[in-house]
Amino acid sequence: MTGLAAEGVTVRLGGRPVVNGVDLDLRPGEIAAIVGPNGAGKSTLLGCLAGLRTPGDGVVRLDGRPIGALTDRERARRIGYLPQTPEIAWRLDVHTFVRLGRTAHRGVFGETPSDGSAVDRALASTGMTTFAGRDVTTLSGGERARALIARSLAGEPAWLLADEPLTGLDLAHQWEAADLLRRVAGDGVGVVLAVHDLAFAARVAGRVVVMSSGCVLADGPPEDALVPGVLARAWGMETRWVDGLGGPLLDILGPAEATAESTGGV
Amino acid sequence: MPRRSAGLDLTLVALLLALSAISLIAGRVWVPLGHLAAGDPRWLIITELRIPRTLLGILVGGALGLSGATLQGYTRNPLADPGVLGVSSMAALGAVLTLYFNLATASPWLLTAFAMAGAGVGVVLLVLVAAPAGEAVSFLLAGVILSSIASAGVALALNLAPNPWASAEITDWLMGSLADRSILDVRTAAPFIIAGSAILLTTGPTLDALTLGEMGARSLGASLRRAQVMIAVGVGLACGAAVAVTGVIGFVGLIVPHLVRWAVGARPSRLLIPSALAGADLLLAADILVRATPGAEEVHVGVAMAALGAPFFLALLLSLRRRLA
Repeated sequence: MTGLAAEGVTVRLGGRPVVNGVDLDLRPGEIAAIVGPNGAGKSTLLGCLAGLRTPGDGVVRLDGRPIGALTDRERARRIGYLPQTPEIAWRLDVHTFVRLGRTAHRGVFGETPSDGSAVDRALASTGMTTFAGRDVTTLSGGERARALIARSLAGEPAWLLADEPLTGLDLAHQWEAADLLRRVAGDGVGVVLAVHDLAFAARVAGRVVVMSSGCVLADGPPEDALVPGVLARAWGMETRWVDGLGGPLLDILGPAEATAESTGGV
Repeated sequence: MPRRSAGLDLTLVALLLALSAISLIAGRVWVPLGHLAAGDPRWLIITELRIPRTLLGILVGGALGLSGATLQGYTRNPLADPGVLGVSSMAALGAVLTLYFNLATASPWLLTAFAMAGAGVGVVLLVLVAAPAGEAVSFLLAGVILSSIASAGVALALNLAPNPWASAEITDWLMGSLADRSILDVRTAAPFIIAGSAILLTTGPTLDALTLGEMGARSLGASLRRAQVMIAVGVGLACGAAVAVTGVIGFVGLIVPHLVRWAVGARPSRLLIPSALAGADLLLAADILVRATPGAEEVHVGVAMAALGAPFFLALLLSLRRRLA
């Protein structure tokens, strides 16, 4: 049984459950977007799925095995993770930076030719080959996001978990990033994204998980999960979807109570 | 890139050999190496004083350079170094306690053991105080606190010193020097410095992974707990033993990684070996220069390094501020 699964995952911070009994069953080759208001527990859940945070209750399984039973290196070879605010401490060139993604693959004797070719493929698929010699700390936001994704892909993970990978990206780069993620998923990698942008989630993800106060409110294809009723419960906002030429567009009408009152008054 | 690094290593080794030769012949009494075979009485100066002095310069400089590079990599802070983070002061406090209680005369190992314990406790406290926040700045703050605690302890020992001789010994020792050390000091320190350095050299891949921050490093499969233990033990052994035989010599670990970074790039694992070599070069060169001090008293090399290092520290801070602005 291949897949990444959360079973009754609960995380408490200061006694308050931040993630509350979440069950999820993720499939390889699928793009799943976790959406929800601030503080809904998206990042915490993603950290649990990446094996970087141990749930207080419940278990995360990778291909049937509890993720905590894997060694750090085994886990790192199979799950690529992009933190929300990526830190880059030193002025490395892009090539050296992307090579960090091979850390868990390297043996006692250092890098092998297969490490080098994985790095080259990751640079090529993100369009960063020509940037290989550039200082990674001086890249623009879009280039840096691509370098970060390249670093994850260099590890050739079976799963790519990214926390808000689109922050700071302009329209063109978002489009590019979406394209890249689709291709990655097309290669059989399971992609899990925590995102704020609902329109982006609807356009890119085959599956959307809506979280609110640590619980899953809805889980399914975007057209089923992102219905106005769910959005009103999760965000307290009245919305409706309209058909755009490039895909569905989210029309935001206002706070849910206010619109309910005003429509009730008429 | 690896080739450039190997070239730098070779250059630093060649420089080390040249400096070692100068260190053997240079000083108040100039001993040309050609005279040695002829049963010259100055031979004793070489074997009894300058060989130990040179070996200690290499060992201690290497230990400080390597510790500096490791601590900068771990804290992701280019201002870190055993001196700045208070690790050397903690080692000094451990050593001063043995001098104060007059335990050092019982066995030279005791002073070394206390200094190493002080340095090890220093690193552990640093990690405990600063790690929960995990931010680079918090390590510097923890270092300031650690230094304050250590200097308070040293000041107390000086204040309450049982006799003027003890306080003079403590003061002299605190200033840091390679002069008048014997081969016994080399034998005391060398095993610990070498063992500590070997441990520190294994932390390279984890230091590289930490470029991505703690979460990033863990996602790459790095074990931070293991790295913390290795660094506490490694810096404890290497710096503790170094401080035990030479007193406090600051700024070597701060300066050296910057010079090396300039030559081979910023990847932390690439800096370790060249930093050890360059640390040995720097301390040996500084020690040769202080021997040329005019007058009866030689300037302590620890004092000379502080005079050189403090302005460097300031310049570094200013350049960092410019980059952040």
